[in-house]
Amino acid sequence: MYPIVRKEIFSPTVKLFDIKAPLVAAKAQAGQFFILRADEKGERIPLTIADFDREEGTITAIFQEMGAGTKRLGQLEVGDNILDVVGPLGVPSEIERFDGPVAIVGGGVGIAPIYPIARALKAAGNEVFAIIGARNKELLFWEEKMASVSSQLIVCTDDGSYGRKGFVTDALKDVYEANSNLNHVWAIGPMPMMRAITNVTRPWSVKTIVSMNPLMMDGTGMCGACRVQVGNETKFACVDGPEFDGHLVDFDLAMKRLSIYKDEEKRALAALEHQHQGGGCGCH
Amino acid sequence: MSLKQRADRQGMPCQDPRVRRHNFQEVALGYTKEQAMEEAGRCLQCKKPKCREGCPVEVLIPDFIQAVAEGDLAKAAVLLKEKNALPAICGRVCPQESQCEAKCIVGIKSEPVAIGRLERFVADWEMRQGAPCPEQAPRKGKKVAVVGAGPAGLTCAADLAKLGYEVTIFEALHTAGGVLMYGIPEFRLPKDIVEQEIDNLRKLGVEMQFNSVVGKATNVHELLANGYEAVFLGTGAGLPNFMGIPGENLCGVFSANEFLTRTNLMKGYCFPEFQTPVKVGRKVAVLGAGNVAMDAARTALRLGAEEVHIIYRRSEKEMPARAEEIEHAHEEGVQFQLLTSPVEIIGDENGWVKAMKCVRFELGEPDASGRRSPVAIPGSEYIMDIDTVIVSIGTGPNPLATKSVSDLELNRKGNIVADEDGRTSIPGVFAGGDIVTGAATVILAMGAGKKSARAIDEYVMAKAAEKAI
Repeated sequence: MYPIVRKEIFSPTVKLFDIKAPLVAAKAQAGQFFILRADEKGERIPLTIADFDREEGTITAIFQEMGAGTKRLGQLEVGDNILDVVGPLGVPSEIERFDGPVAIVGGGVGIAPIYPIARALKAAGNEVFAIIGARNKELLFWEEKMASVSSQLIVCTDDGSYGRKGFVTDALKDVYEANSNLNHVWAIGPMPMMRAITNVTRPWSVKTIVSMNPLMMDGTGMCGACRVQVGNETKFACVDGPEFDGHLVDFDLAMKRLSIYKDEEKRALAALEHQHQGGGCGCH
Repeated sequence: MSLKQRADRQGMPCQDPRVRRHNFQEVALGYTKEQAMEEAGRCLQCKKPKCREGCPVEVLIPDFIQAVAEGDLAKAAVLLKEKNALPAICGRVCPQESQCEAKCIVGIKSEPVAIGRLERFVADWEMRQGAPCPEQAPRKGKKVAVVGAGPAGLTCAADLAKLGYEVTIFEALHTAGGVLMYGIPEFRLPKDIVEQEIDNLRKLGVEMQFNSVVGKATNVHELLANGYEAVFLGTGAGLPNFMGIPGENLCGVFSANEFLTRTNLMKGYCFPEFQTPVKVGRKVAVLGAGNVAMDAARTALRLGAEEVHIIYRRSEKEMPARAEEIEHAHEEGVQFQLLTSPVEIIGDENGWVKAMKCVRFELGEPDASGRRSPVAIPGSEYIMDIDTVIVSIGTGPNPLATKSVSDLELNRKGNIVADEDGRTSIPGVFAGGDIVTGAATVILAMGAGKKSARAIDEYVMAKAAEKAI
């Protein structure tokens, strides 16, 4: 059992948990993820390790409530236990001292996974331009934390309710104009945002790393649910990634694959709501 | 004739195919006590029992069968479990026709004694009674780590615990059993039976750490440095192969591992009460003809598919699945497209599978190994309407655990190089089961776990003796 030791509510749908998982915290590195299963009937949900505290033995997860699984997760409180936590999974980000500044872009809940990467990049001696963005002010979080690990932080909202109005792609273009020796870009967020960033950086020939968030089940390479097309190769995001060269990723296919269980997800949500009204599931 | 004419082998009561193709309950229902005693009476009690030679874990076959014939089921259970930690499982999933029963003398003139069914009967009987705690050697105060809670690891752990070792199993998934839990469906191997057999290991004092990915959270050298005298690697062959044909990443194409794990381990057939969805269309193609392919095809039927096709490039005779599983699949309405292979999966504008292009084969001349290899017939391509493809063309070794140990010798396929008793290139590190042999059977993995347990005991004892000097 893995107890929730802290919960923070960023918005009605975006929540943070610190989870006691000492073995995961001991080995976690920037870019890695873990998988949790809330209870006996729950599904396995992959979440990026947004932060870790080796001494406290905790890992931090930030998630957006989208389907039935994350909605139920969001109902848990401090003191509740998560049944299964497995990690750290995936290949860590390749962190080194780059020849030139780097930019790191987080969109929506993608702000969470870029934090440990930015921190590691800064610690390695890089000049780090960080760009975080969300649809509106309500969905933004961790501005101060991000400022503490970046040389410069640009905050954007699509609707202009906070910070600079507009998309993270526009902010990145400005950074590049002022720093044409930009060496690496990391982009993490919804697939359309990551695709937009790779389209922006492609003409610059700046290496652009994206963190893919496909459907996953086991997270250890045994099923291929998370496969992505990278160049001419099929890769399993859980063991070969989740980070890949964004200029080689087939985003169109990746987005279609995200919709495989769309109908079932609707059914699960409906069942969850029905349950709240006191109904059974009718399975047995 | 010195052997008197034997009575016929007792048939296995089964669920009606028309009923069972709509449910996940066990197909084979098991013997009654009367049937079991009758069947046990067919055993000749050979002085030099050939059947035992065919059993990879050396079960005391005539002895336990004798006890069944006498109606002493408690004694039968003790005799059975002396060599086999998981008899309720083996009685169900072993290919007895090519192992113990293949060697049975009665089988020469008549049908062989139904050893597997008797094993199952005794194990099930004992489960209903509540199994007594097995005898254990005095504690040795020495720790051994077992990586992977599949059949190899579970058997190795059970034997080591019986020898007095403190055993910890490190398992990546959230439950023990490996392929017994995620791969083999409920209708062939009920999961509560697997759980009960695993509970018996806990009674032996075996500790289980779930959610522990060796290769990520820890590695073999750390385990050796952290007080484990030896490590057994039983990580299996859990890496799915794909065909490498165009369209394989379309929506609606699944590995058999994904399809079966969602259904079995995550209980996707109880969606949405259990939250993991599993998708099956109306017209399903299963690529391959091994046991896993049969399992996937029969599962697809039970999830509501209208048509399920097995696509296999050789003929019925070469199908690697057990004859019984193929027969069950036929009875339930699975269709077989033999001497056929897919060349392309075709998608619609939304990225979903809508068809599959196949080519017909014929069998050519026997090759060096004596097997007639299939040859494509030019111009025989045709299109099949399909909306789901399940790829079941085998699995390879999962490299997560082995990749983290640079000094562990692997062969070119990525399997661990180990001797007969599981010794690897690293002293104190043993390996067995599918990670050494490639995908094989449950019972062969168990046999490997058993041999390694013996070798680990020798190794640890020798090391301790050396220290004492």
